[in-house]
Amino acid sequence: MQRARTAPRSTVRPGGLALGLSTLYLSVIVLLPLAAVAVKAVTQSPASFWQSVTNPTSIKALVITLVASLLTAVIGAVTGTLVAWVLVRDQFPGRRFINALIDLPFALPTVVAGLTLLALYGPDSPFGVHLAFTRAIVLVALLFITLPFVVRSVQPVLLELDREVEEAAASLGASNGVIFRRIILPALLPAILSGAALAFARAVGEIGSLVLIVGKVQIASIVIFADIESDAPQAAASLSLVLIVVSLIVLVLIRRLGGRVGH
Amino acid sequence: MTRRSELWRPRVLAVLSAAVTAMTVAACGGSSDTNAGGGGGASSSASAGASDPSTTLNLVGYSTPKKAYDALTTAFAQTSAGKGVGFSQSFGASGSQSRAVDSGQPADVVAFSTTPDMTRLVKDKIVASDWDANPQKGFSSDSVVVFVVRKGNPKHISTWDDLIKKGTDVITPNPSTSGSARWNILAGYGAQLKQGKSPAEALAYVRTLMTKNVSTQPSSASQALATFTTGKGDVLLDYESDAIAAEKAGDAVQYVIPKQTLLIQTPIAVTAKSSHQTQAKAFLNWQWSTAGQTIWAQKGYRPVDQSVAQKFTSEFPTPPQLFTIQYLGGWTKVKKTFFDPASGSITKIEQAAGVPTASS
Repeated sequence: MQRARTAPRSTVRPGGLALGLSTLYLSVIVLLPLAAVAVKAVTQSPASFWQSVTNPTSIKALVITLVASLLTAVIGAVTGTLVAWVLVRDQFPGRRFINALIDLPFALPTVVAGLTLLALYGPDSPFGVHLAFTRAIVLVALLFITLPFVVRSVQPVLLELDREVEEAAASLGASNGVIFRRIILPALLPAILSGAALAFARAVGEIGSLVLIVGKVQIASIVIFADIESDAPQAAASLSLVLIVVSLIVLVLIRRLGGRVGH
Repeated sequence: MTRRSELWRPRVLAVLSAAVTAMTVAACGGSSDTNAGGGGGASSSASAGASDPSTTLNLVGYSTPKKAYDALTTAFAQTSAGKGVGFSQSFGASGSQSRAVDSGQPADVVAFSTTPDMTRLVKDKIVASDWDANPQKGFSSDSVVVFVVRKGNPKHISTWDDLIKKGTDVITPNPSTSGSARWNILAGYGAQLKQGKSPAEALAYVRTLMTKNVSTQPSSASQALATFTTGKGDVLLDYESDAIAAEKAGDAVQYVIPKQTLLIQTPIAVTAKSSHQTQAKAFLNWQWSTAGQTIWAQKGYRPVDQSVAQKFTSEFPTPPQLFTIQYLGGWTKVKKTFFDPASGSITKIEQAAGVPTASS
């Protein structure tokens, strides 16, 4: 009875050594720093933790940061899928060159990205577009630095997709819209969501590309920076802890959404 | 035991033990170290002339005088006292550098833009409490707060009152994210007192300036300068030394020294933990010598040595109503009264202005 219920096991069994090593690695690289932040946040007193995260400055910063990051994830999911689609399915001159460009936002130091956006959308904008120091520029910067996530997670799935299924659907009279909605999208959705989740997480903690251009927009990472500069490391840790927990909840929700549509 | 539970159990144990270990280690570490801040400084190793220095001094400093220190360390290596002394230099935001040294970054010589960054190290016994018991009171060089304006001064900015005129766009770094930017705001406050205003009136001036005229407050002085040079703003509040450097770099700017302004005094010290006390002290004394102070002056910083300062009076005119931080009560009082994250009067103005401030 018990045996029948176990999941089919793969031929390569994770040995004790592999499990031990990965546990140790995750503990040192991920769990330890996160635990240190949590400890720092609550060591003084629960009251000071509560005060640090519920005052108007913190709440405003948390709301703006989370909303901006969610918008980044949503817009990035749509545009990223579109870009991946064009790169995989369309043939056009310069396709390989564009494909290579996609990863560059990762390579560019973020503060340089901020400086470039300031030059493009600041007071001396060559296009006459004055977005700098507004909330819109925050979104533009976040979309720029998170672009590769969705594109790179959707691309391989799109390449693997069996086109015969689409052709079969078309021969049975399904319109392009129906084929996309019923056949392609369900296959892509887990990848899109996973890319969007990465983009969200990256956007929550971003500071480098934003410091130059936010103006008076209250971004959590900058408020945390101000805490440290004002000799309030406990407040910085408290706000970080809330950001981490909220991000974790959002990420779990996104994964569950991905799991549900994946089956 | 069934196979299922055999598979299951070590995994749970492993995850649990990992979490417990992480929490325990974090708790132990958390109590001993008082700062979450890491070092954000860029490092550069310069062997300063000597091809194979027998001693390497770690110089940890704030970012703007990097060029001055390059010149000073190079010239020092040519002297008899500096023979065989090389430097490993690290520059970054003053507060970050101070926190990094406080958390254990090796340093023989430390140089900051404000005294509180030195006081932090004195509290933790990394710098001796008598660091300022010398004729220069521990200050390597001076500067003053100036108005950086566009070439030709098209808006005719010359006084503090010009800054709060309707339509004047002022840029200054955020004093919450840049401790070094506090000089700028304190200069504006003190200038009002010097003109006979009451403390309440002076604070009202700061409120008008920060909420009505200052349109953006970048995180640091270098970012403020970058913002200004991309075309934003009519006036940038900055150190005279930065303004001189920007002019030399060919930016289309000039600067105005207001009649009332604050003397920026930047501290330097040898750390108590330095294992090269002799060489580090020799370097400090040398940068206070006539040769050292002349280099400071050539790089745009006001010499603290009066005999050298005499030779540079045309480059560095003394404003008629110059004041120091002591005029405002000293750094300890200033930090508490104006910049306390919870109760500081300028922190409250900043919250009203809607810029990021500390959240505690």
